[in-house]
Amino acid sequence: MADPAVLAVAEHRRGELRDVSFELLTAGRELADAIGGELHVAVISGDVEAHADALNREGVDAIHTVPVGEEFDHTVYQGAVEELVDAHDPATVLFPNSVNGLDYAPAVAESLGVPLVTDAIDVAYDDELTVTREQYGSKVETTLAVEGDRYALTVRGGEWPAADGTGDAVVESFTVDVDPADSGARVQGYEEVGGGDVDIADADVLVSVGRGIEEEDNLELIFDLAEAMDATVSSSRPIVDNGWLPKNRQVGQSGKVVTPDVYLAIGISGAVQHVAGMKGAETIIAINTDPNAPIFDIADYGIVGDLFDVVPELIDDFE
Amino acid sequence: MKVLVTVKEVAEVGDDFAIEGTDIAEGDLEYDLNEWDDYAIEAGVQLAEAGVADEVVALTIGPERSEETIRMALAKGADRAVRVWDDAIEDAFLDVETKVGLLEAIVDEEEPDLVLSGVQAADDAFGATGVALADRIGFEHAAVVNDLDLDADAGVANVRRELEGGVEELTEVDMPAVLTVQTGLNEPRYASLRGIRQAQRKEIATRDLADIGLSPADVDGALTVTEMYEPESESDAEIIEGDAGEAAGRLTEVLREKGVDA
Ligand SMILES: Cc1cc2nc3c(=O)[nH]c(=O)nc-3n(C[C@H](O)[C@H](O)[C@H](O)COP(=O)(O)OP(=O)(O)OC[C@H]3O[C@@H](n4cnc5c(N)ncnc54)[C@H](O)[C@@H]3O)c2cc1C
Ligand SMILES: Nc1ncnc2c1ncn2[C@@H]1O[C@H](COP(=O)(O)O)[C@@H](O)[C@H]1O
Repeated sequence: MADPAVLAVAEHRRGELRDVSFELLTAGRELADAIGGELHVAVISGDVEAHADALNREGVDAIHTVPVGEEFDHTVYQGAVEELVDAHDPATVLFPNSVNGLDYAPAVAESLGVPLVTDAIDVAYDDELTVTREQYGSKVETTLAVEGDRYALTVRGGEWPAADGTGDAVVESFTVDVDPADSGARVQGYEEVGGGDVDIADADVLVSVGRGIEEEDNLELIFDLAEAMDATVSSSRPIVDNGWLPKNRQVGQSGKVVTPDVYLAIGISGAVQHVAGMKGAETIIAINTDPNAPIFDIADYGIVGDLFDVVPELIDDFE
Repeated sequence: MKVLVTVKEVAEVGDDFAIEGTDIAEGDLEYDLNEWDDYAIEAGVQLAEAGVADEVVALTIGPERSEETIRMALAKGADRAVRVWDDAIEDAFLDVETKVGLLEAIVDEEEPDLVLSGVQAADDAFGATGVALADRIGFEHAAVVNDLDLDADAGVANVRRELEGGVEELTEVDMPAVLTVQTGLNEPRYASLRGIRQAQRKEIATRDLADIGLSPADVDGALTVTEMYEPESESDAEIIEGDAGEAAGRLTEVLREKGVDA
């Protein structure tokens, strides 16, 4: 087995590989080709054999299975990745930019003393690694040149297509010293939040409200519009953080993924974690005062204007 | 118990902005306290009010301008603040590793039992500083915490980590620890007039590189911004023109075509 150009670390939760794991394979293959070398994948904890089978897709050269523990534990993941890096010397370690990825990738980078770039949306290599990412709430993109000959990268979910096909990767079990019993952060269990009055994922038409609404009392305007349109009200995160709507109304990465026929975003900027929950809507419409709001980049129709002017007119039209 | 809260003054771009080289034109930026750090400050202040913390210290890496922001942390109840800055930092791109080096120096001076940071800085959005710092200073950690119950006697923090899709992980974290705070953990207070007055008398200690035993070479990071541009639109949004009445009228047509309220 040759030293890999890229070692990608898969993510799974409660028995299931997460989508981003398959996207990592595509990003990893791309980068491995650019650097010139193999793509290796690590799958740590849980049913590693079954996961390795599923991850054995086109372009993967080797899969290292690390049978230790069941669920994600950052001490185990960090230890295992560091031992794998020691043994196989990859130029790049690739992680998902997920909540769990961000719970150990920065520690791995720090402990290996390699530069870290998070939330990559594009990567290129031409004698030097360059990474594209977003800044200022997705209003600008920047390209970063990364010095050195080893890097840690986390990649954004949904940016690369999932790898498909069947691969002929070598699957090898890798024994590690790290012991889950020694972890200083012990997972006690999981809880599903949400429930409540409505399931926004069932709605055909969502009227979704964001921080542009300014005050809790103004929500009435949104409910009036939803009633006139025969639609359901959902929201971005700050509305739920403020306690103005229950958690089950939140659209996004940590809320619900919705795919309605029509998603009307009112006073929502379109942060990546929000978009993750609604980009699959059939028709996206945005009302926002800021012509540069990133929500317009994924919208089908937009009104650049003040919601307090536009929404009352809409209510009138529908009544 | 001493709590150290890392606080960043973040830049926001206005509705209209210009890109000059690899920067936003200075006049087009507005500055504010990072939203996630606001929740971290509140968590620290609540620990003090509950008698669990004896002192809450705010720590920032930022130019003189950021004192305005760090005063907000003081007005909300932090006891004092430390600000790290140096002319040598001005020209560097502060990557995670570099920031961790600066923060570590202050952790060594302050010897906190708990470090609270934000999940991410709204502007750079690396989402990594807290966890990287934990590794450097040998603390335990937990990322994206939206519930915190500290058992100081047992030396553990019982936290909820907010995973994707409405799933929360319940985790017991050994102290000392770095926790990265997610919005919604609490309800950040507004600074009261009294708080704002008191903040004027609180100390903001400033440290340059020499003060903390570092040299300009220590802030010469591995990352260089080579390009900055506005992202291309993925869709071809039809922007509906006209005054509010006209625009709403056209949008109503579109919505009815899509079967809304049919
Ligand atoms: C780990 C993690 C998970 C997250 N999960 C989620 C999630 O599940 N869902 C989610 O939504 N966010 C999530 N976020 C938060 C996300 O990053 C953003 O902070 C959030 O989506 C912003 O919400 P917003 O668009 O309502 O507010 P803002 O970004 O503040 O945008 C408000 C918008 O309103 C516009 N506006 C202001 N006044 C008016 C007016 N009068 N008329 C019209 N428009 C107006 C402004 O131009 C602006 O574009 C998550 C963040 C992290 C780090
Ligand atoms: N310049 C800074 N000064 C103080 N704290 C910072 C700074 N940059 C980042 N942090 C802390 O690290 C958190 C995550 O930032 P980041 O990793 O840059 O997204 C922020 O919420 C802050 O608590």
